[in-house]
Amino acid sequence: MTLSSDRMQELQAIAQRVRVDIVSMVHAAKCGHPGGPLGMADFMTVLFMEHLNLTTENLDDPGRDRFVLGNGHTCAGYYALLSAKGLIPHDELLTFRKLGSRLQGHPHRTPEMGIDFSTGSLGTGLSAAAGMALGARLNGTNAHVYCTSSDGDSQEGQIWEAATSAAHFELSNLTVIVDFNNIQIDGKMREIMNVRDLRAKYEAFGWNALDVDGHDMEALDQAFSDTRNAAMPTAIIAHTIIGKGVGFMEDTSSWHGVAPDDEQLAVALAELGATG
Amino acid sequence: MTLSPPLATGEVKKVATRAAYGEALLALGGQRDDVIVFDADLSGSTKTKAFGQAYPDRFFNFGVAEANMMGTAAGLASLGRQVVFASSFAMFATGKAWEQLRQCVCVPNLNVKVCATHAGLTVGEDGKSHQMLEDITLMRAIPNMKVIVPADATEARAAVLAAVDIPGPVYIRLSRASTRVILGDDYRFELGRGTVLRDGTDLAICACGVEVPEALDAAELLFAKGIDARVINLSTVDPMDEELVATAARECGAILTVEEHQIRGGLGDAVAQAVVKHCPVPMGMVGMDGEFGQSGPPNDLLAHYGLDAKGIAARAEELLQRKG
Ligand SMILES: Cc1ncc(C[n+]2csc(CCOP(=O)(O)OP(=O)(O)O)c2C)c(N)n1
Ligand SMILES: [Mg+2]
Repeated sequence: MTLSSDRMQELQAIAQRVRVDIVSMVHAAKCGHPGGPLGMADFMTVLFMEHLNLTTENLDDPGRDRFVLGNGHTCAGYYALLSAKGLIPHDELLTFRKLGSRLQGHPHRTPEMGIDFSTGSLGTGLSAAAGMALGARLNGTNAHVYCTSSDGDSQEGQIWEAATSAAHFELSNLTVIVDFNNIQIDGKMREIMNVRDLRAKYEAFGWNALDVDGHDMEALDQAFSDTRNAAMPTAIIAHTIIGKGVGFMEDTSSWHGVAPDDEQLAVALAELGATG
Repeated sequence: MTLSPPLATGEVKKVATRAAYGEALLALGGQRDDVIVFDADLSGSTKTKAFGQAYPDRFFNFGVAEANMMGTAAGLASLGRQVVFASSFAMFATGKAWEQLRQCVCVPNLNVKVCATHAGLTVGEDGKSHQMLEDITLMRAIPNMKVIVPADATEARAAVLAAVDIPGPVYIRLSRASTRVILGDDYRFELGRGTVLRDGTDLAICACGVEVPEALDAAELLFAKGIDARVINLSTVDPMDEELVATAARECGAILTVEEHQIRGGLGDAVAQAVVKHCPVPMGMVGMDGEFGQSGPPNDLLAHYGLDAKGIAARAEELLQRKG
């Protein structure tokens, strides 16, 4: 089933609001990571609004879908989407990273907000997601487990141990979405430590793997639909532009983990169509 | 008793120990061509970047792969020609790569210097996943590993310059936040030697790292209440300066340890082992008592968990109630 053009417009509007939330949260915190989540906003919106079966009503349902933010530093966008789903009051977003806030600098497992797992240490997410997928099978539920990763995260050895075992145990209810933006903290990923062709790697590990334009919502929607019927775990390599939507943050490692000042926030909001 | 080095005087300067590490490394690079530096996608934060730019042939970035970085450091060091400085955040340098450090670096006793930054609560807003509070425990538990927690930028620089000539594995714990420079320029670092920074006989406060300036401030708060505290910088947690601790126990009759770390297995335990062995006296341990940190500004976090001067002074007064 493809997205209607009305629904497509709605999703694009949601992704844009998520971007506004991301820059506003990081600005208010005076620190944090804006670049990654801006680049992920399109695929995260399609996943959270169209596919991830998580709502305020089914929070306690053991059979509901699970989500793990493997690249935990990108949590501003994750919190914004949980807010879009009604799981976090919108006002609370501006407490991000402050002392006593539920919205920690990296996600902390908080069932009442739908945060299923604690992350922040790269390399750990995919194994945890595989454990949830195994549990869903053991418990006889139809839950699907989604996990994000990134090109930087793919440099950790544990990712490839998880990839090996998830294929070995045929965890077809597991999907990893890799934010592939060719950026990590120290610079361009291909210059720092090239992970090369991740689709080919996941395929060689026995996964069902595909490359997708991480800003093409139609293609993303199709990819997420297909993963539900796959016989093996699925890796969606989402090719994105870090900082997408805020020109001066795009395609650079400079905005991986820096907050915009007042002036930069105003420029960013104007570009996102959110002034006034 | 070890003589106190003259403390820094004049204008208050605040410098992060990681910045001093970066400078010392750059200086070492110019002095010795056997110094090799490894990093794991954090060279801007750990401050190894300047070395990497000056000596690109001797700098290797492994990306986000700390276990592989430490294992490779061990292999390189095993040839016996190079000294490898390997850096990441304390969380990942010791957490992700603990077994590589034990099996591949410390068992064969190789010349790898692990210089880990962003230790402790003062990481701040990144929160508990990044606030390493168990690294002293993890490192001092391994035979052959020497554990150094510099009190300020002056000592960090001196310790890094000394480490290159200390045989075998060394762990140097560094901080993200800028903290007060307390030691004077003529301070000399010596492995295994603590120093008395302030004399006193009512109790001894033994601290390391960013808690040393807090301990000095606590001593001032206590002095205003008529309590005369000795303040000792125990920057080498392993090997412990047992003699200095034993003397403090004998002369002061009570010991309070202070660390930006879990009290289980950290500086407090190391001091307690010396105290129990040589001269048992009442002790208190200030540190994280079995909980994780959270996001927040570094100084607010120290205050929240009782690790600032006020918190230390309060615990010192409690301890004095127990002193016979
Ligand atoms: C195990 C571990 N090592 C190091 C870090 C520090 N760190 C946080 S993000 C990051 C870069 C990761 O690359 P990527 O996820 O591709 O970054 P982005 O594209 O979002 O800039 C690093 C090294 C970490 N969080 N975990
Ligand atoms: Mg990236």
